[in-house]
Order: sequence, then structure tokens, then C-alpha cells
Amino acid sequence: MKCGDTVTFMDNRTDNTNNIIEKGEVTGMRPGSQAAVPETKPEKKSEPVLISKDDIDSKLINRPKAKNVTPLAGMKLTPEDIPVFENTPERRAKLELRNKRRFKRKLRDWGIFTGYLTPSFVGVLLFFFLPLIMLLKTSFQKSPTNSDFVGFRNYERVLTNPAFQDASKNTLIFAVISVPLAVLLALLIALLLNSGLPGKSIFRSILLNPMMVPVASVVLIWQVFFSYNGVVNGICEQLFDTFKKIDWLKSEYAQVVVVLLFLWKNLGYNMVLFLAALNSIPHEILESAAMDGAGPVKRFFAIKLHYLSPTIFFVGIMSLINSFKIFREVYLLTGDYPNELYFLQHFMNNSFTHLDYSKLSAGAIVMCIVMIIIVGGLFFAESKFDKDVEE
Amino acid sequence: MDDIKRIERRKQATLARRNVYTEAVKPETFITSLSDEAREYFFASEKKRIATNLKKRKIKKTIITAIGVAVAVFISALALVPIFFTFLNSFMSSEEIVSNYQVVFQSMSGHATQGATYMSRTPVLKLIPEEVTISQYTTLLFMNPEYLFKYWNSIILTLPIVAGQMVVACLASYSFARYRRKRREVLFFSYIILMLMPFQVTLVPNYMIAETLGILDTIWAIILPGIFSTFAIFLLTKYMRQIPSGYIEAATLDGASEWQIFTNIALPLCKNAIFALTILLFIDYWNMVEQPLVLLTDPAKQPLSVFLSQINEPELGIAFAASSVYMIPPLLIFFWGEDYLVEGISRSGIK
Repeated sequence: MKCGDTVTFMDNRTDNTNNIIEKGEVTGMRPGSQAAVPETKPEKKSEPVLISKDDIDSKLINRPKAKNVTPLAGMKLTPEDIPVFENTPERRAKLELRNKRRFKRKLRDWGIFTGYLTPSFVGVLLFFFLPLIMLLKTSFQKSPTNSDFVGFRNYERVLTNPAFQDASKNTLIFAVISVPLAVLLALLIALLLNSGLPGKSIFRSILLNPMMVPVASVVLIWQVFFSYNGVVNGICEQLFDTFKKIDWLKSEYAQVVVVLLFLWKNLGYNMVLFLAALNSIPHEILESAAMDGAGPVKRFFAIKLHYLSPTIFFVGIMSLINSFKIFREVYLLTGDYPNELYFLQHFMNNSFTHLDYSKLSAGAIVMCIVMIIIVGGLFFAESKFDKDVEE
Repeated sequence: MDDIKRIERRKQATLARRNVYTEAVKPETFITSLSDEAREYFFASEKKRIATNLKKRKIKKTIITAIGVAVAVFISALALVPIFFTFLNSFMSSEEIVSNYQVVFQSMSGHATQGATYMSRTPVLKLIPEEVTISQYTTLLFMNPEYLFKYWNSIILTLPIVAGQMVVACLASYSFARYRRKRREVLFFSYIILMLMPFQVTLVPNYMIAETLGILDTIWAIILPGIFSTFAIFLLTKYMRQIPSGYIEAATLDGASEWQIFTNIALPLCKNAIFALTILLFIDYWNMVEQPLVLLTDPAKQPLSVFLSQINEPELGIAFAASSVYMIPPLLIFFWGEDYLVEGISRSGIK
């Protein structure tokens, strides 16, 4: 809207007084609105100028600071100057017409909006929202067929279920370890690549490669590395005499393997996001900080981190989403019933075989609520942090 | 005599330098106050000092860069190792693979490794096969129609989802980006929440709706929810909101219809994002394991990704070839569209 205001602002002026202001304003304008200026300008210029040039000049010197200054701003208005709209039939008709047009335009906007959105909305309603409501209903029923209201008994059953507790514990531990690591390591790699390293783009595409490879394809080699008779154990045995073989996939070390796999897959994507954010930091600020004697560490914490904060949140959220997808890797590595890596998805899948829907839906609702809380918290933190940065 | 003179000169010059750099005295006045000889010495020593300093700094910089490159090479090597091994091992003969890796899978499945005396106790990890053959590929492609079926399953699951979701997402994100109102933002936010829901949550609803619609155990149970997934809408809307409103205003002034604005302005401007998203979606759904596992009970309909995990000893010989064949399409797409992908990802993260 800012551009539109300046257009009218210029048109009411005579040429001489206008020049300085016009220059200043025009440079900041967008190409779209610049194109609109010549269309309206010639008509208005031909109108007779009512105020003398000197008058305007004197007004301009001590004009107020407000944005929408018209040449008349400094003048005193008498009551006669304010137009009074009488409630005549013509006036009423005009207003009615205007309202009608506004309504029509609103309707048209709304029509276009819904038109474009309908395919998606219908699908989302049918495949996500409605089922979620059904889910909510089933979670309070005895069973899907027997619609007796049982209150929170299903929730009680889920929350006291040791398998569910175990699964949520494992999932939570995994997320808490892997998400910060994914963010931090990706940031470090991005900083490394951004520090004037030769062949930056080559490294970038190499690191993006793992993201492209289907997990199912590399699972085999991963098993070769980490199984009990695997390569990692072999190497460790040769390096250290006292090393005892670890069954990586079936002991408490399984989390380590899965975290490694997760990092291997996601670091590239996160790194590209960070690289882009680093490139968008204005160079002048960094250079002037360097001139003032700020070292690389100081420059990072004082400047870069502030510009990176939205990206850090974005990467964190994306990593969180991806951390819940880790089931794929775990399933492919260890199958249906892993000992140490029993994740929530396993719980869901295995409960399916027992067809205990009401328990399942209660579990899903619990997870849904937890997700909403986590995501809401993240968004809240982001908005708060953003405000801090702006101040 | 000479020695005393030299020492004197050096003293003077050192003093000069120290004074200049502590700014006790203005440099000009101090230098002019020096005797000619001392001044000459002063300049010469300064030149030398600066030159060595520069050299030192250069060496330091090269060392730091070298360390950086070394670290980057190390990380890249880690990233590439599994891919390389899988790919190169696919050229081994199946006997070689079995003798190399059988020990791994025997321990996995819990059998005691007795009786097989010819077998080594630790797996032999080799990058280069002893004998390069394509026998694995020929066995895979011409003798096991099962694999080809699974491969085809993967394709007919992935392509409709990607195409459908892109079409739906383009339309929806245009409407979200162009007509922003407060109440509609709520809808958009609920879309984001939906996107963030892990599959663990949407699994049961998906199953229930598939059962209600009677499409359980058909590929539609996976394709339809896939098409209406909101991931693409989220990123594309973010991207479309960056289009300057002036472009659209100008088009409206020129009398373009809403559809023309959409096809001639919004879509071409988002070309990179659309390509990037297509690649991301393709990878995601090509990789899909959870949905087929639950929604398709018929093993004949399951994609290759599920099947590859169930490979065991008898099929070990062709496992690497199957894996390689499976990862070729995404990698080809990646090499073709890497620039789009990088740009698309980059722009999505910046506000």
C-alpha cells in the first residue's frame, strides 16, 4: 500500500516542489506500481493549481512528519471546507451501489479462493479431518462396534501399557538426542563449507546424496557394518586388544546406530538450509564487524546467530518430523520386534495385529496431543525469539 | 666501531617501531627525527617484518583451509561409503558375496555358524570385486520376475502420488498465498499441524477411512491419502508468498484472468520450487515403508522397499544388485535436478 500512497502524494504537487521528494520516493518503489504512475499523472497535472507556489514552499519547510502529507496539511480548515454528505436519495443509491460492488468483489475473491482450494480441502477433510474425528469418538468407546461410552478407560489402558511406555520412552530419547545433533552438526558443516573452502558446491552435492538414496538400498551394507560379526566389530578388535564384541543392533548401543543412520541421511538437507541462510546475511555487516576487530567466534555469536535463528527453528521442526520417520530405518534394520529399538510405530503396527482399535485410537490421540504441544511450543518460542531479535 | 654503530642503529629502529605502534609519538615526527641511516634501517626492517607476517598469515590460512578440506573430505567419504559399497558390490559374483557376507546374516538370524568351515569368521568387506560380472543383474532382471513386479509396484505407487499431490498443492497454495485473510490463516495453520503429524498418528485414521471406503488392500488406500497430504502445500505456499504483489497487480491491470495469472505468472515463478518439491516427494514416497506394511496385506502388491528388507540368505547373492537398481531412479533424478533441488530447499528455509 505504501507505493500507492506515494503516487497520490506526488500527483497533487506542482513540479518544482515535487522533485526532491519524488526522487527519494521513486527509488524505493516496486516495478509494478511504477508502471501505474504515468497512467494517472498527465490527467491530474492539467488541473489548475489552486495554491500559489510560494505558499506551498513555506508550508513545506515546517511540514509535519506524518507520512501522508498533502500540500494542504499545514493550512487551517474552516468548517465549510469539510464536505458534508447529505442523506439524499442519490447519495443513498450511490452508497448502495458501492456496497453491492464491494460485496460482489468479496464474493468473487471468496469464490476464487474456494475454487482453488476445493480439491485439496475435500481430500484433506475426507482423509484426515473426518478420520481424526472418528478416531476421537472411537477412543471413548468400548470397541468400534460396541459404542458404549467408557470415558477415559482406553487412555488409562494405553498409558499403563508397558509396551507403550517403552515405545514412547525410546522414541523420546531418540528425538531428544538426534534432533539437536542434526541441527548442530549441520550448522557446523555449513559454517565449515561457507568459510571460503574450495569446491564448496561439490561437497554440498556429495553430502546431499544420502538423502536421495532409499533406506532399503543401504540397509544391507549397514547390517554388514554393524552386526555382531560385522565390520565395525572386526576393526575395533584389531585396533584394541581388550575390545569386546558389541552386538550393535541388539544391545543398548542400537540407539547409537540409528542416530548415526539418521544423521547420515538428514545432515545434507539441513546443511543446505543453513548454507542458504548464511548466504543471505548481509555482507556489509560482517565486513564492518571484521574491521572493528571482531574475530570469527564473536562474529558468529553476535551477528550470524541472530540471522540464523529462524532457520534454526525451521531445521529443528523439519528434523523433528524426520525423526518420527526413523521407524523405516529401524524396521528395515531389525524387523518387527526389536528389543532395544521398540518405537511407537512398532507399537502401532503390532497392535494392529490384535485389532484393538479403541486402544490404538487412544494411543494415536495421545500422540497427536503431544505433537501439538511440542509444535505449539516451538512456534511460540520462535515468535518470542523473533521479537527479541527485532528489538 | 662498526658493531657499536649497528647496535646503536638497531636500538634506535626498535625504539622507533615501538613508539610508532604504541602511538606514543606520531609516526611522521618520529621517522623524521631519525638519522638517515637509522631511517633506512627502520624501513628495511619494517618491510621484512611485514613480508614475513604476510607469509606467516598465508601459511596459517593454507593450513586452516587444508584442515577444513580434510574434514570436509572425511565427512563426504562417510556420506558416500555405504552407497559406493552397495553399488560396487553389485558387480560381484553371487558366490563371492555369499562367502564374504554370509557370516553377517547368520549371526543376524541367530543360527550357530557351525559346519561351514570354508567361511571366514569376520565378513570380508571389499570395495573392488575379485571378478567383475553382471551376473547378479542378469539373474535379477531375467530370472526373477518377482523383482520386476515389485519394482513395478513401487512405480505405480509413487508416480500417481507425486503427480496428484503436486497438482492439488499448486492450486491450494496459490489460493492460500493470494487470498490471505485472518480466518483462512487458521485453516492454513491446521494444514501445517496436519503436515507435522507423524505417520504414527495418521495411520489409524488412514486405516479406518480405507476400511469405510472399501479400498483397503488396494493401492488406492495409499495413493489417495498420499495425494492429499499437506506437505507440498506448506512449502509451496511459503514460496508463493514471496512473489511480489506488484506482478499480480500489473497482470490484473492488463486484464489477465485469474486462471491466466495462475498459469502464466505464479507457476513459472515457482518453477524451481515445484521441481524441488517433486524430487523431494518422489524420494519420500519411493522410500515408503510404513504405509504399504500396514495397508497392503497382500505381499504381491507391496513395493520393493518392503521386500528388500526381507531378503535373507538364499537371495543374498542378488541383494546388492536389487538395492542398486532400486536406488538408481532417485539418484538419476537428483543428478538431473540438483540445482533446482538446492535452490528450492534454500528458498523454503528463508523467511
